[in-house]
Amino acid sequence: MGMIGIINIGLGNVDSVGRAIRHLGHDYVLCHEPRELEAVEKIIFPGVGSYGAAAKLLGETGFRDSLRIEVLDNRKPILGICLGMQLLADRGEEGGGGDGLGLIHGTVELHRGADCGVSIPHIGWNDVFDSGGVLYDGIPDGSAFYFVHSYEFIPASKLQYVGICDHGIDFTASIEDGHIFGTQFHPEKSQECGLSLLDNFIKYKRC
Amino acid sequence: MLKHRVIPIVLLDGYSVLKTIQFSTRRNLGNPITVARIYNTRNVDELVLLDIDASKYGEKIDEFTISEVASECFMPLTVGGGLRTCEDISSVLAKGADKVVLNTVLLDKPEFVAESSQQFGAQCIVASVDVRKSGDGRYEVYSHAGRDFDTPLLDWIMELEELGAGELLLNSVENDGLMTGYDLNLIHMVAETVSIPVVAAGGLSSPSDAVSAVDNGAAAVAAASVFHFTDITPDDLKLEMKSSGLPVRI
Repeated sequence: MGMIGIINIGLGNVDSVGRAIRHLGHDYVLCHEPRELEAVEKIIFPGVGSYGAAAKLLGETGFRDSLRIEVLDNRKPILGICLGMQLLADRGEEGGGGDGLGLIHGTVELHRGADCGVSIPHIGWNDVFDSGGVLYDGIPDGSAFYFVHSYEFIPASKLQYVGICDHGIDFTASIEDGHIFGTQFHPEKSQECGLSLLDNFIKYKRC
Repeated sequence: MLKHRVIPIVLLDGYSVLKTIQFSTRRNLGNPITVARIYNTRNVDELVLLDIDASKYGEKIDEFTISEVASECFMPLTVGGGLRTCEDISSVLAKGADKVVLNTVLLDKPEFVAESSQQFGAQCIVASVDVRKSGDGRYEVYSHAGRDFDTPLLDWIMELEELGAGELLLNSVENDGLMTGYDLNLIHMVAETVSIPVVAAGGLSSPSDAVSAVDNGAAAVAAASVFHFTDITPDDLKLEMKSSGLPVRI
């Protein structure tokens, strides 16, 4: 199995993800610069914080262009976590707004649960249904994962696999489109189910 | 639907685990890493790690302990004990904490809730409120440092919410460590007053107490003694909550 690269551009603490990877018996490198992506086989993109600021950083650091090359041209699998999943989209409206990576077409908007009488941010353990796909192999449908977020990913078209979570309304908890994966929740903080999901990504072999 | 959490609390006096009764009588319970490891195998929803001596001695919770616990626990980890500045918070988050508990510092400097909440997000800031009954039966905010704190309880919790606390950890001093049940009136009153999640602590004795706490408005239930000293596990609480129709993570 090739090396896993965790993108570290100052979007929150990446160590929790690293600790989980190590706990699963794998090694990883932190990628601070785009060229470091060349040597890795798989990419994990964790992040918390504001979309606008993150979008700006993606441009300034050069990660936007290199990630598109590594994922689209070189077909390296990527897992975006929380803000990292949101940044797979074309655009987000938070924090002044900004362009994402455009790896999965869609937009990131304020969680619609706010209009349905539930509290936003959505924080805590919640069930994910109808997931299927590679990430959830061996994980029972309806398992709970740990969420902390205020915005949601709205895919532009139907994706191969989408995990659904109910918070006021049904929203996109995870996405899987070929070798591109994302989870709105934090698998590294979701106990056994989260660790299994990370392990599934690590063991995934592109067809 | 969001789950009601069951949260074990691990109290530290610097480097070892202890449990208090009514915030005083202490019993030593060994190594925090070992205790955390047991809770991890029990697949708990969250863990709270609190150093109850740090503030008293002008220190803060041991960072090595946090990073050791975080290396084995893949759940939200909430830590507290002597955290006074945003730098203190940054450094415990870097060691693997997800949220921080603020208590003593707030009695002197309530505006620190706003400062830290703006920097780290409200989801990161848990304001801890210890409550005891005064001679005439009124609830009052208990200060660890032994000084007077005159703000009435309900004014205080509204202020904490307004300043940006993401959650309240509500502890009853009288019920602490006694395993005679939560102070349900207190939970009810606090949960009615604020809209942020209230985590009930202090006195849980049986799985049905967890149900009662949630029925009275608690978003989550926390406990220590009952898990240290009896056969009751976090799962026992959750099974009881589930059979009462409450959403929990099994």
